[in-house]
Order: sequence, then structure tokens, then C-alpha cells
Amino acid sequence: MVIPKDFRYTKTHEWTKQEGADVLVGITAHAQEELRDVVYVELPAVGKTVKQGEPVAVVESVKAAFDIYAPLSGTVARVNESLSKSPQLVNQDCYGTGWFFAITPSQPSELSALMSSDDYTKLITGER
Amino acid sequence: MQHTAFHAEHLRLGAKMTDFHGWDMPLYYTSILDEHTSVRTAAGIFDISHMGQAWVSGPGSLETLNELIVSDLTQVGEGRACYTLLTNARGGIVDDIIVYRVGKQEFLVIVNCANRQKDVAWIIEHQRPGTQVRDISAGRSILAIQGPQVASLLEQVLETPVSGLGRFSAMSLSGWGSRAWIARTGYTGSDGFELFLEDAPALRVWKRCLEFGAPLDLKAIGLGARDTLRLEAGLRLYGTDMDDATTPYEADLGWTVAINKPSFIGKDVLVSQKTAGVTKRLVGIELPEGPVPRTGCALMADLPAQSSGGQAGGRQVGSVTSGTFSLMLNKPIGLGYVETRAASPGTALQVMIRSKAYPATVVKLPFWRPQGVPNLGRAQAQSSIDLTAAKRA
Repeated sequence: MVIPKDFRYTKTHEWTKQEGADVLVGITAHAQEELRDVVYVELPAVGKTVKQGEPVAVVESVKAAFDIYAPLSGTVARVNESLSKSPQLVNQDCYGTGWFFAITPSQPSELSALMSSDDYTKLITGER
Repeated sequence: MQHTAFHAEHLRLGAKMTDFHGWDMPLYYTSILDEHTSVRTAAGIFDISHMGQAWVSGPGSLETLNELIVSDLTQVGEGRACYTLLTNARGGIVDDIIVYRVGKQEFLVIVNCANRQKDVAWIIEHQRPGTQVRDISAGRSILAIQGPQVASLLEQVLETPVSGLGRFSAMSLSGWGSRAWIARTGYTGSDGFELFLEDAPALRVWKRCLEFGAPLDLKAIGLGARDTLRLEAGLRLYGTDMDDATTPYEADLGWTVAINKPSFIGKDVLVSQKTAGVTKRLVGIELPEGPVPRTGCALMADLPAQSSGGQAGGRQVGSVTSGTFSLMLNKPIGLGYVETRAASPGTALQVMIRSKAYPATVVKLPFWRPQGVPNLGRAQAQSSIDLTAAKRA
């Protein structure tokens, strides 16, 4: 399973990637494999203020709906509009075109508190 | 956890397993949507051996069953089957079942897995003199082989002509163990067959289907796609879309009820309900896009309250019992109960999902049916294709 080295991760299976002043957020390969068959993604409004750990988006598979949590506090800078027409991008390219939203962090120190790829690998191997 | 005879096969094929009413069953092997597509476009094989098989026979068997079900079994000939309902004295649905008349006085009754003990006890409790009732599920399997390309595949697999077998017809299979039957029935809305066999011959059929079906892209199908397929075909799931407090008319299954039959359990209630009408009814709903309606979501309508003095505006008229994303329609769909006046096709509703209202429309069931086929879900005893046609084929 692919777990990019330069990303940071949450216990709830979101990935984050620094991109300029913003942080891109999506769900990990492990999460999309567990979900399978993503059929709908509900994204937050651009400009919305979010707190670390609070549910901000929803991903729905054929079977059920799951919350996506904000990995960091801040403001929603932009969202991946293409997911509304093509939610399957989450399954096809979870670290690329299947990204969910970008946050402009208000407390950048929160980023360093997220898991490294090694820690996340340990988490999901322990889960198996 | 109970296992079917196919448990090792499911694991070998890498299935994601799930606990289904105490049975360790495959939820999917690859993906629910891929498996759904295979059944709609080509072929799929399901292990549904968790379902119960009851055997009712003897001179009193017809009378026994006819008193318990809403359909008229005297109209179902040998080699024919009918989808029907067991009802209680309140007219509530005890279970939805398929009764296969495999002999003049021999009936194979297929019941939902969670209802197996309840149904068998119910039949035994009401058996007439000269009736034998047995749960024959142990050591036996049920395979469903469904999809537009399965008829010719099964002829290869079974080395028996089956293409001529009519919808809701059944025939015995020689050379495939004792009490071996094949019927043109299913729970997908697509064409297909169900086989009732002892475990060992069933495993042989399974392996031959995977082997001969490979060029057709036949796939093993899990319970996940079984649920999305049945829902797209507008077929109810017992325990979710109806239960023993729901009547056939409320479940919009009035077409199964032979109301003029001299007697059956619950008839009084159903006669008065047919005359007076029902206050709530099961409907299909479609959303143009957006999230999936799930069990329990409220259904709202801009209708004035029924009691006088009520104000107009969005108010709850019912709730969703099943929902999914329809692959064939490419939109979210659901089943639910609404007040009868909100039940006509075309009625505009809103479905509440995560505290937001999304527009939905009441639509006629099924949501989807194969092109050129009248309505597989409702095919009934009247069809004229019979065993002789199957033998000629």
C-alpha cells in the first residue's frame, strides 16, 4: 500500500500535504480501500473556519456515510469541485486528483503534531 | 458464526466477509459496484445458502400452505413457483417467501435466513392432517446465477437444457444429487436462475460456473451487490422494508394477494384494508443527484397537516427504509413509507440527510428493469411457459 513519505497523517486516515501557505487534505489509500465504491463526497464551504478534529466533510460509499475530520484548525481555502461529478477519483487517485480540500492553517504548529508516514504505517498494520 | 459449504471458497477468492444474521458471508470480493455491473451486463454467481429451505409435503400440504399465504396456491401448477407472503392474524407480513411446487403434493419453501426458525415453527403450528413439514436446510446449498448471459452458461455447466425454462418455473435436475432443482427466479431484477442442491453437487456447480464463466467475465457476487441489485429492481428486503406490523397493501405488494380466496390468515384485516385503503404506503424515491438516502432519513412534503388547523409547509410524511446509489440510473434511490396522499408517482418530497433537505421525487417501481422484459419482479403463476418447454429446448 502506498503511504507517501512527505505527507503527514491523522489517526482517522486523512493525509495532509503542505502546498505553499495551504495544506491539502485527502483520505489515505487504506481508507479508500476500506470504503470501496465512493459514490458521493460532501465538501465544506470555502471560507469556513474549522477546528482540528471536527467533522468537516462526508464521504459516502455504496454501503454507508463516513465523516472526514479537519486535520488542522484554520480556514477552508478551496475544495476539489471535481469530486461532485466524479467521486470515484477518491478510489482511483486518493493522493492526487482525489484530494478533498485545502486549509489555510491558523495554528501551523498543529501540523508537526500529526503522524509521520512511519507512524501511520504502524497504525494501519496494527489495525489489520 | 455459521458457515455455508462455500466458506473456504469465499476466503480463497479474497472476499471481505460480514456477519449476516449470524452467518459469516461475503460482503464483496472486489467491489460492490463492479459486482453489480457484472450481474447487469454479463453474469454473476451468489452463494445464498444462508437462506432456509423448508419441505412441505403430503395430502394436506396444499391446504396447509394456502391458509398461510396471501396468494392462491391452487393456481400454481407443478413445476411452477410464486413469490408470496406469510401473514399473521393482523394481516402483518411474517415473511416474504418463494413457494416452488415441485410435485403435486410437494412444496419447496425458501425463506429468509433470519426467519427460518420462525417460519418453520409457524408452518408446523398451522399444519393440517396429512402434512409433513421439515427444515431441510442442513447439508444443502442455494446458488443464484444471475445476469443476461447465464442461461447458455448453465446449459454448459449442467449439461442440461435450461434456456426454455420460463420465469418462475422450476424443474428437477438429474445427476446432481437428491432433491436437486433449478428455477428461473432471483432477487436481482436481471434474468437468472436459482439452484437448490446438496452441498457436494452445489460445490461442483460453483466451480464449473467459475471455470466456464471466465470468458463471459462471470464474477462471484457478495451480499453488498445483492442488496444494491434488489433495491434497484424495487424488491423489498424483509426486516428492513417490511415486518410483521406491515401489511401487503402497505408494502405495495397488493398484487400478491388473492383477496377472493375462501380463507387465509389475516384475510379479514386485508379485506377491510383493501376497501378502506391504507394510511401509509411503500414508495420508491429518486434524487436527481447528491447524497444517498439512508435508513431512517425523514421524508418531508409541502402538504397541509391532515388535522384541521395544521399549517402548510414542509412536514414529515414518512421515512426511508432502504437507500443506495443506483449504478444503472446514476443517481441515489430509496424505498420508504409515506402517508398515502404523498405516495403517488411524481409527488415532490424532500429527504433529510444530515439535517439538510434534498429534493426527491416519488417514482414507480421498479427503478430499473431490463429492456424488453415486462417485469421480472412480478412474474407470476399465470405465465404459460412450463416444464415441457424447458425439456424441448
